[in-house]
Amino acid sequence: MHLCEPIAGLRSPGKGANRTILDCLFRTVLAGRSDLSAAAGIAGAGSLSRVTFHGVTGAVPPAADEKGLGIVTTASSADHPTRRDFLFVATGAAAAVGGVATLWPFISQMNPDASTIAAGAPIEVDLTPIAQGQDIKVFWRGKPIYIMNRTKKQVDEARAVPVASLPDPATDQSRVKEGHDQWLVVIGICTHLGCIPIAHEGNYDGFFCPCHGSQYDSSGRIRQGPAPANLAVPPYQFVSDSKIQIG
Amino acid sequence: MSGPSDFQPTNPVLKWIERRLPILGLVHSSFVAYPTPRNLNYWWTFGAILSIMLALQIVTGVILAMHYTPEATMAFKSVESIVRDVNYGWLLRNMHASGASMFFLAVYIHMFRGLYYGSYKEPREILWILGVIIYLLMMATGFMGYVLPWGQMSFWGATVITNLFSAIPYFGESIVTLLWGGYSIGNPTLNRFFSLHYLLPFVIAGVVLLHVWALHVAGQNNPAGVEPKTEKDTVPFTPYATIKDAFGVSCFMLFFAWFIFYMPNYLGDADNYIPANPGVTPAHIVPEWYYLPFYAILRSIPNKLAGVTAMFSAILVLVFLPWLDTAKTRSSRYRPLAKQFFWIFVVVCVLLGYLGAQPPEGIYVIAGRVLTFCYFAYFLILLPLLSRVETPRPLPNSIADDVLAKTGGKSAPMVSTVIMLAVAGTLVAGSVQNARAEEQEAPPSQKWSFSGPLGKFDRGSLQRGLKVYKEVCSACHSLDYIAFRNLADPGGPGYSEAQAAAFASDYKIKDGPNDQGEMFDRPGRSADYFPAAFPNEQAARAANGGALPPDLSLIAKARSYERGFPRFVFDFFTQFQEQGPNYVSAILLGFEEKPPAGVTIPEGSYYNKYFPGHSMKMPKPLSDGQVTFDDGSPATVAQYAHDVATFLMWTAEPHMEARKRLGLQVFVFLILFTGLMYFTKKKVWADAH
Ligand code: FES
Repeated sequence: MHLCEPIAGLRSPGKGANRTILDCLFRTVLAGRSDLSAAAGIAGAGSLSRVTFHGVTGAVPPAADEKGLGIVTTASSADHPTRRDFLFVATGAAAAVGGVATLWPFISQMNPDASTIAAGAPIEVDLTPIAQGQDIKVFWRGKPIYIMNRTKKQVDEARAVPVASLPDPATDQSRVKEGHDQWLVVIGICTHLGCIPIAHEGNYDGFFCPCHGSQYDSSGRIRQGPAPANLAVPPYQFVSDSKIQIG
Repeated sequence: MSGPSDFQPTNPVLKWIERRLPILGLVHSSFVAYPTPRNLNYWWTFGAILSIMLALQIVTGVILAMHYTPEATMAFKSVESIVRDVNYGWLLRNMHASGASMFFLAVYIHMFRGLYYGSYKEPREILWILGVIIYLLMMATGFMGYVLPWGQMSFWGATVITNLFSAIPYFGESIVTLLWGGYSIGNPTLNRFFSLHYLLPFVIAGVVLLHVWALHVAGQNNPAGVEPKTEKDTVPFTPYATIKDAFGVSCFMLFFAWFIFYMPNYLGDADNYIPANPGVTPAHIVPEWYYLPFYAILRSIPNKLAGVTAMFSAILVLVFLPWLDTAKTRSSRYRPLAKQFFWIFVVVCVLLGYLGAQPPEGIYVIAGRVLTFCYFAYFLILLPLLSRVETPRPLPNSIADDVLAKTGGKSAPMVSTVIMLAVAGTLVAGSVQNARAEEQEAPPSQKWSFSGPLGKFDRGSLQRGLKVYKEVCSACHSLDYIAFRNLADPGGPGYSEAQAAAFASDYKIKDGPNDQGEMFDRPGRSADYFPAAFPNEQAARAANGGALPPDLSLIAKARSYERGFPRFVFDFFTQFQEQGPNYVSAILLGFEEKPPAGVTIPEGSYYNKYFPGHSMKMPKPLSDGQVTFDDGSPATVAQYAHDVATFLMWTAEPHMEARKRLGLQVFVFLILFTGLMYFTKKKVWADAH
């Protein structure tokens, strides 16, 4: 313990209490550290015995001067469990915590900003201009939403199919609102890879995706092609018989 | 970067890689085993600080570019939406904007350190010249970055700086047109500046690599200025220099964080919160503080071409420094005369910076000329002369000797120089505000609930201010950057989302076109912005006697006044940032029925004690009893003024509370961390002594 410290004395005699606390704390992390030093292949018998010595006396063992000017790197000082290790661990941990906390704003900024979120508020759509057998496309949160006023034939077709035979089983009733059975409201984004299917095309009186040939029926359910799932139904409700609110 | 390494990894995977690409060996030899003089002081940590700052500027810059729109009509707005809407956008923007200042501060310290310790002398000439190139690139980058927010100072700064090139004989005009991509500064200019501002930092990073390479070939200079001779003179880079640099960086971060979280606008100019207007030049065009000394040199020479030449020469002269100062002794520590003249030179530079911010008239011009002469005389006359006449003091035999001799503890000069530089820095920074000097009475300082590090908005005051705005101000003034949804934002007036939506629905918003192609009115929604009082600028002017009522969203940041010396120095420590609200409230209270005797104001104008020039086109807008408050607050003009000013401070910076709250957390962490770093550094260095 004859380290010359020209700058200031951290190990001034008055700091005995401090040392004990630090040492106690250190011993709690010691268990985790000893196998680390073994793994590093530097925990020779000498250092092990020093651990014992250290544990008995609670004193700070000589750490550096025995190595002369050869340098103890911070990483490998695990073979000298002292309060300097605790200091290094604490500093490293603080740096890690600080670094991770600093990262967060840099990642979080990529999320939608407040104006984008506000612009995604619910919208109202008037259904009166949509005649039977017609559909309109509106945009909500940048997504095309198909609103289709289905003919009786389309509804009947959709309900006639045995649900169990569908790739993504769902009843037509579960995809429309009770009492408004002719209205199909779906997000017009193909569940395969995001193209926009064309309405009133394909073999099922529903939608046909030109990208890779997926076909949806008049309930927006996948019937044929590579798409894995039915067209999604956005959250919406009828605010009156001729008006819906999407979102 | 210093020759082949003896680094031998034991791990087979690393071995495999190392045989094919010896990158680990490169890192090891450059940043681990690399011998660094053991007597380096903290001035040497600025190299590491600069590297970190460059990295930070690049990272924050890349992020800002994700949200910024380089288009003349949208640039200003996009910067505002970054600080208002993007998650932590205010933080990233403050980091980038103050970061530029910190970068320059660090580079100036780094350069002065090189100057003092003779780090440019043989064999480090190329290292030094690469540094000058980096500095030039930084100036170009900083300038172009300052243009991007497209405020008044951006626009007019760009005008003035690009016009420097018109001084070039014969080709000047064509070069300027080429730079602009038009007949004046405009959208093409903004676009190319954005592109170059994105590019140049990577060029800087490249030159920095060369700089570090050259450094590692020549080896670091050191305070003694003698080359390391034996092993005893050096310590390995890791952990010694690494930990010392890390400690230096964490101290610097504390300083940096003060600006980011508490004084984000201290180094900026209020005029840059006014959108660029090609028809109106601000009263005083002042560049950012880091260009001020050169700006002073430019202005002190009464000939356009000569002024521009002098300005560029002031930087280029640095390139020739290794051959101007031929003294054999490197460190000024052992050069009694050079040392004194060095400090005089530092003072000359600081004073030039101060003058750069002053109006170019009277004594300032003369002082500018004298100091410009001193600046060049230092390099061209003094240093060559000193190398011939000065007798240096004896050098220590080796670095180890130097360390031993110093263990007596002589850190006092270091501390005093730090203090001196801090004072000098605030002087320059504050002089930017001096530039707006008028012999006018300054608005009285009021008590604001949101001032200081723990400041919070008074919700009641914000709500009352909103009411006054709605019932009075909004008849003429728009509030373009505030949406109704903001009224429910945390740190705002404290309304619920439903209340904000109800507030919005009272407004008629123009929307459309509908299916018939017609515009129509609909009730406002939360996402809508406060509608403007007038459909366009012409209508606004026509209704207001030719004057345009300014948009109020940013008014509390776009208006300021001189604080004067030495108050602006204290402002830095007391975090005084409330010039804007003081001014707004003073204007509202400053109307007088009759101008004082001897003062006449034009027809259709009104006398205001605090308005620059006193003649205002706005009549006294508020009178007692005009707005009634539900909470029983007095219906007086003084109360209105206070509440409106509070409200407008919030509209100017809706995230102020978040800024101060996060600032406190960051400071607690940084202080603890810096303390830990300090003890870690001491532990590590204990081995070396
Ligand atoms: S995206 Fe529709 S089928 Fe591939």
